[in-house]
Amino acid sequence: MHTNLAAQINSFLAAMVLLTAFGMLVQRRMYGLIHLFAWQGLFLSISTAIVGFVAGAHHLYISSILTLSLKVILLPYILHVLIQRLKIHKEVETIVNVPMTMLIGIALVIFSYHLTAPVRELSTLMTRSTLAVALATVMLGLLMMITRKHAVTQIIGFLAMENGLFFAATSATYGMPLVVELGVALDILIAAFIFGIFFFHIHKTFDSLDVDQMARLKEGD
Amino acid sequence: MILYPFIIEILQLLIILALAPVFAGWIKMLKCWSQGRTSPGLFQPYRDIIKLFSKDVVIAGNASWIFRFTPYLVFGVAVLAGGIVPMLSVDLPLAATADVIALVALFAIARFFTALAGMDIGTAFGGMGSSREMTIASLAEPAMLMAIFTVSLASKSTSLSEMVQVIYSGLSVFRPSLAFALLAFILITLAETGRIPVDNPATHLELTMIHEAMILEYSGRHLALLEWAGMMKLFLFVMLGVAVFAPWGIEASGDFAAIPAAFLFMILKLAAAGAGLVLIETGLAKMRLFRLTEFLGSAFLLATLGMLSYFILE
Amino acid sequence: MILSPIDIALSSILLLFLIAVLAFLFNRYQKFLITISFSMTTIASLLMVAAGGWTVGKGITNQIILPIGLPDLLFHLRLDPLSGFFLTVIGLLAFFVSIYSLGYVKGFLGQRSVTSLIIFYCLFIAGMFMVVLADDALFFLISWEVMAAASYFLVMFEDEKIENRRAAFLYMIVAHVGAIAILLSFGVMAGLTTGFQGFSGYTFDAMRATRFPLGWATAAFLLSFFGFAAKAGVIPLHVWLPEAHPVAPSNVSALMSGVMLKTAIYGIVRITFDLIKVFPWWWGAIVLVFGLVSAVLGVLYALMQHDLKRLLAYHSVENIGIILIGIGLAMIFTSFQMPLLAALALTAGLFHTMNHAMFKGLLFMGAGAVLHATHERNMEEMGGLIHKMPWTAAFFLVGCISISALPPFNGFISEWLTFQAFLLSPSLPNPLLNLLIPMGAALLALTGALAAACFVKAFGVTFLGHWRGHHNPNIHEADWPMRTGMMFAALTCLGLGVLPTLFIEWMDVISEQLVGAKIATSATGLGWMWLTPIAHERASYSGPIVFLFIMAVVVLAYIFLHVRPAAIQRVPIWDCGFEKINQRMQYNATSFSMPIRRIFGFFFSIKEQVRMGSHYGHKAFPKKLHYHLRIRDLFWGWLYKPVIEVSFWVSRKVGKLQQGRIQVYLIYSFVTIIVLLVFQG
Repeated sequence: MHTNLAAQINSFLAAMVLLTAFGMLVQRRMYGLIHLFAWQGLFLSISTAIVGFVAGAHHLYISSILTLSLKVILLPYILHVLIQRLKIHKEVETIVNVPMTMLIGIALVIFSYHLTAPVRELSTLMTRSTLAVALATVMLGLLMMITRKHAVTQIIGFLAMENGLFFAATSATYGMPLVVELGVALDILIAAFIFGIFFFHIHKTFDSLDVDQMARLKEGD
Repeated sequence: MILYPFIIEILQLLIILALAPVFAGWIKMLKCWSQGRTSPGLFQPYRDIIKLFSKDVVIAGNASWIFRFTPYLVFGVAVLAGGIVPMLSVDLPLAATADVIALVALFAIARFFTALAGMDIGTAFGGMGSSREMTIASLAEPAMLMAIFTVSLASKSTSLSEMVQVIYSGLSVFRPSLAFALLAFILITLAETGRIPVDNPATHLELTMIHEAMILEYSGRHLALLEWAGMMKLFLFVMLGVAVFAPWGIEASGDFAAIPAAFLFMILKLAAAGAGLVLIETGLAKMRLFRLTEFLGSAFLLATLGMLSYFILE
Repeated sequence: MILSPIDIALSSILLLFLIAVLAFLFNRYQKFLITISFSMTTIASLLMVAAGGWTVGKGITNQIILPIGLPDLLFHLRLDPLSGFFLTVIGLLAFFVSIYSLGYVKGFLGQRSVTSLIIFYCLFIAGMFMVVLADDALFFLISWEVMAAASYFLVMFEDEKIENRRAAFLYMIVAHVGAIAILLSFGVMAGLTTGFQGFSGYTFDAMRATRFPLGWATAAFLLSFFGFAAKAGVIPLHVWLPEAHPVAPSNVSALMSGVMLKTAIYGIVRITFDLIKVFPWWWGAIVLVFGLVSAVLGVLYALMQHDLKRLLAYHSVENIGIILIGIGLAMIFTSFQMPLLAALALTAGLFHTMNHAMFKGLLFMGAGAVLHATHERNMEEMGGLIHKMPWTAAFFLVGCISISALPPFNGFISEWLTFQAFLLSPSLPNPLLNLLIPMGAALLALTGALAAACFVKAFGVTFLGHWRGHHNPNIHEADWPMRTGMMFAALTCLGLGVLPTLFIEWMDVISEQLVGAKIATSATGLGWMWLTPIAHERASYSGPIVFLFIMAVVVLAYIFLHVRPAAIQRVPIWDCGFEKINQRMQYNATSFSMPIRRIFGFFFSIKEQVRMGSHYGHKAFPKKLHYHLRIRDLFWGWLYKPVIEVSFWVSRKVGKLQQGRIQVYLIYSFVTIIVLLVFQG
């Protein structure tokens, strides 16, 4: 019985992950975006812990704690500081067309559901149904990177994609080996620092973090 | 107990007629408190309605029969809808009259006539209200239908009393789809009943009005009927949400003894819903008209996510 | 010999031809001619309603072979419930419109001869009847051409206006491109029945008996769907429709929009469900998708119109879309072997066919009455007509409510049934369809709500408020035949909406024959008052109770509030105390649809210009502002313009053959003969 309950809770968390992914897609304010990202990490880490508990895969606890500390606390904190230092927190980003982005997002979810159908047939894991959500989260992160102009939002999109991948690993095979996960976590941390440093430089050079400015790097202008 | 359903039906019609103004008063009261003002009391809407009923009607010289017919029709629709949505018991003779989709369409006909009445006099305000109201309605409708679709996936029905029973018995199951549908439904309710952030029911600033702009030229008993029907509509939307998403206490056994308890439950849920509504209204500012596409787009998104998560996760 | 429905049907058609001949003979007595000929078309239409109603009610099938046509290719006629249903629809609207025409056509007296109008009117109705009765490809196509040609001349009726000639030309081209596709489709099917040997496969009976291989069947289906879609005005083949329907005389517009488009629906149903019978689900998906696109874009384009009849024409595109949604769902359900659900969806589609005929006919008649009274089609120049034309306004309002799918009128019933069919789609055994079909339901909901917005605009701007026009015509109420025609249509709308169960029971035999299930037993499970499509636990709706309860509350509230005599004071408009209000300050059609234009702007090609004239000292105080707005169909630029340009380019190239010298032409002929002789050997 408690496996069933856990499966239900896990589905619910997957739904929340999807919701936060959509929330990030349409959120205009920087702080809101970071909060949503932190929430997504939180849902992810709870879900990982539950999967670990039910499947008896104890290394997932470590992944869960890692997610919690890294994606819920540290990275949002870094981004927060970054935004404050660069004084871009007032900036309300204009996105192409919010309802249109939403519709594309829905289409992506349906597509990923269709794509994961064969896996769902084969798999026997409790988490198999969340695989579609995980894939959708990856795609939504990518969509976010495509539709947004601000460098910080692009980073968040990138991190959301990583969340999706992590989620996919948990739901498809109860998580990657611990070594891999540690490596990825370290990568992300380093990436975040590098991004931070780059932002400072980009901001200094262009006086903006709008990635459209990068077009000026082209030769012959 | 052949008479039981009919007694319930009459009871329910009395409840909607009597309690809708009290509910509106409750919301106003909470709002006053939350803003540090003294409230006019729970029964102020009654006093307003009675005062309006006793006044003469003043209408524009060129008003046609549509203008005079609309208040009665809107009121009639609200009363009929009040007989359909289960509040105390699912044993309603009128329940088979309309399912949720037809119920939404009933509200749509009331809106259709209100919008026509707004254009009848030929003022700029009236036309503006009609145009905006119909625009918002057309954006809210797909979201509403998607929410209904999601709920009907779980309940295998769109008939309200059936929905209440099925969802009641399956409440122990944790359903993300229903959670999404509930969120969507809340957004739609705000739009359909003209609350902040879509419309401001208390505004008298002309350019921000939507519903008020349409009924600007009304007075006397016509205005009273429209106001009363408006309160009933809000009440009904809340009851609809309660019936579908939180049907605890709605009685299905056909026993009179359970009715007082059901009534108590209903009052409690209404009070809570009113408090929630006040929280939303106090926390948000009215949106620009063209931001509403995003607001109602989110409602559609949530409802669709509910539908998707039913198929993907459940 | 006992009289059978098909005899009545044939006599009706003969009567129509007779009237056409009579009209030719009595050309000189115009006024008399109008009275006599339209009275007789009334009788002919009623005969056809009787034949159709009888056939459907009893579920019988009659066949007859007429000894005319080509040698070996005789005309086959068949009257089965499906034909009977469409005959009833066409006949009923033709009946109402003929009564209406008794008054409407008199408006042309003294301006022009109406003989040609009467002749082609009769041929047009006869053509539609024959299309539905045809049981072989040859007779079908001949009838199709009679219908198309007659309607072409009717569109051309007021031929001194250039826009009419252009619209008719466009209509002719699209109709014929479609006809060629239908011809090819029949060619494929007729060829397959006999293995491409001989012509005996041209009867529908032979096609029914054959099971087509999937590839050929798909080719035949796609060709015929293209052809019928062109006739029905399915987007993107709809451009002729908003051009041709408005310029025809209004009684003809009513018939064209109300029933001529339905012959295309008939063709699609006949070919898929009756002739081919077995098909994969994605055929249904194609129909469904085109239906959805037509419904949504049709209503959006309609919202942008300020020409009343053009607006109605775009709504025909929308409603054809809604009908196709029902048909498409029925096809999907059929291909997954779910006959009961298929019956529900098919019933929804056919019910909407009936409903659309009624309310669109009614609306075009109403628009005709307005046009008759004001000589104006532009809504921006109208307003306040409800005071001068109370009857027309009331009937038009009934049409508006019906088409907006609002209870208790008929449009709501068929859209509600379509929604029920959508809501049952989760039982399809295909996960992808399960996720995608609900989106269709949402689009249908959007369509319904936008239609309501559009008809608030259409009715509000035309009939409510103050007169917006610059000139001040002497407006009069429509005369009694026009009012009678509209009243009958309005009552039918109400009747179908309040008592849908009776109608569904009557037409149930069609779905039984085509998809093998009937829904009447479940649809009336609770009794005739409640419509319960699948089961009463699933969904129910009661037209009579909704109608009577609301009316009862309205009457009670009225009586209760008038016990104490309360005075009504008529005063000048209040408008928040603004005094200098004039009729140019009202909302008009353009301003009403402005929010929707902005939200859905990417569906149109919009050109908006504001030009400021001279000003009083500072440019903040302009003397005059010029506002120019042009909205066009996106498809014109995307699809038609390139095609037109290419065909012009080809024509110019081919045009070089024309030299004007007789010797060159002789060389062409000579070369042709030589080439033929070479290949012959």
